[in-house]
Amino acid sequence: MSSKIKRNVLKSMIIGVLAYMGALGVPQPAQAEYADIVINNYADAAGMRPAVFPHWFHRIRFRCKVCHTDLGFAFKAGGNKIDMAKIIDGKFCGACHNGEISWSVENCAMCHSGIPGQPTHFHGSTVQRLIAPAYKPLKAPAANN
Amino acid sequence: MNHKTKAISFSLAMLMSAFAWNAQSHADEATGAESPLMLAEVSSVNTFNVNLKKPKSRNLPPAEDGIHDPENEATHSLQHPLEAYKGLPPSEFGNYVDWVKALDEGKLRPRWDRADPNEEPFVLDLDIVRPVKASVPDVVFPHRQHTEWLYCSNCHPAIFIPQKNANQISMSAILLGQKCGVCHGKVSFPIETKTCRKCHSKPKPADWTPPLSEATLKNPWK
Repeated sequence: MSSKIKRNVLKSMIIGVLAYMGALGVPQPAQAEYADIVINNYADAAGMRPAVFPHWFHRIRFRCKVCHTDLGFAFKAGGNKIDMAKIIDGKFCGACHNGEISWSVENCAMCHSGIPGQPTHFHGSTVQRLIAPAYKPLKAPAANN
Repeated sequence: MNHKTKAISFSLAMLMSAFAWNAQSHADEATGAESPLMLAEVSSVNTFNVNLKKPKSRNLPPAEDGIHDPENEATHSLQHPLEAYKGLPPSEFGNYVDWVKALDEGKLRPRWDRADPNEEPFVLDLDIVRPVKASVPDVVFPHRQHTEWLYCSNCHPAIFIPQKNANQISMSAILLGQKCGVCHGKVSFPIETKTCRKCHSKPKPADWTPPLSEATLKNPWK
């Protein structure tokens, strides 16, 4: 092997190692399903994982109207301030997740399955990709929105 | 020989970096878990639209999608999206499923009522044509596809006043999540270059010319 080839091999090895280290540093965006929602109004504070709502799973079974008209879900991620008390009273998720239409609330981890610390957000939404949405906790005074 | 060795060593380097990339994408790190402020993802405004690259992988199973916690046992019992999408017509954006077509073809039978599987939606077949000032094709809003999924009160009167010329709609408003953007760009089909023509679908009349701008009309030096 000539010294030139050796140098080339060494050079590409260095490039490879650098690329390896670089790739480790680059943050990977989450690639969840379009329209998956993370709801973390109260979960983190209560020591639970945030809840993840998959739109795709639900729209195969129900039309938008069922939740957004009959059950009163707002067109806004985290906009209903749902807590477990409301759910066990049969409101919001509890209208179906009651053991009759779908599985009931004792399956905590089926919904509370998000990575802890994630803010409430709409995964992959245009708004989220266009604007850096500073996470506003519910208690914070709504300045201009 | 020299070139060959070069090529081999380069491909080795590429392979290594690809492995690194892969390993990283599978390692779900919860950034911001410790920070008290909890900032959402940083805007990707510069990569939006024209420069937007295709995601490397899509329809990932919950445990690998970056928002579900793989350490949570129940995450692994959640359904894989691709399993649910079997047999549904594909599309090139969003969930990569053409939901409206799936409904029209009877591949889906989502309930209109929470408990009663036989209740039928109230479908209104009415197209609204909205002329657009710019040179892009005019917008046709089809009520039929929308009323298959939604009820009148979902949009009227809070989002759209049901009256001609009463609604100011612009793409900026839509991209910021107002008007059509309340659903489009979040749940229903996203706002990408590929989807422009889904709404902007009616060609301009043959005699249409773009209106001259104020600056041209009032130009004192012309």
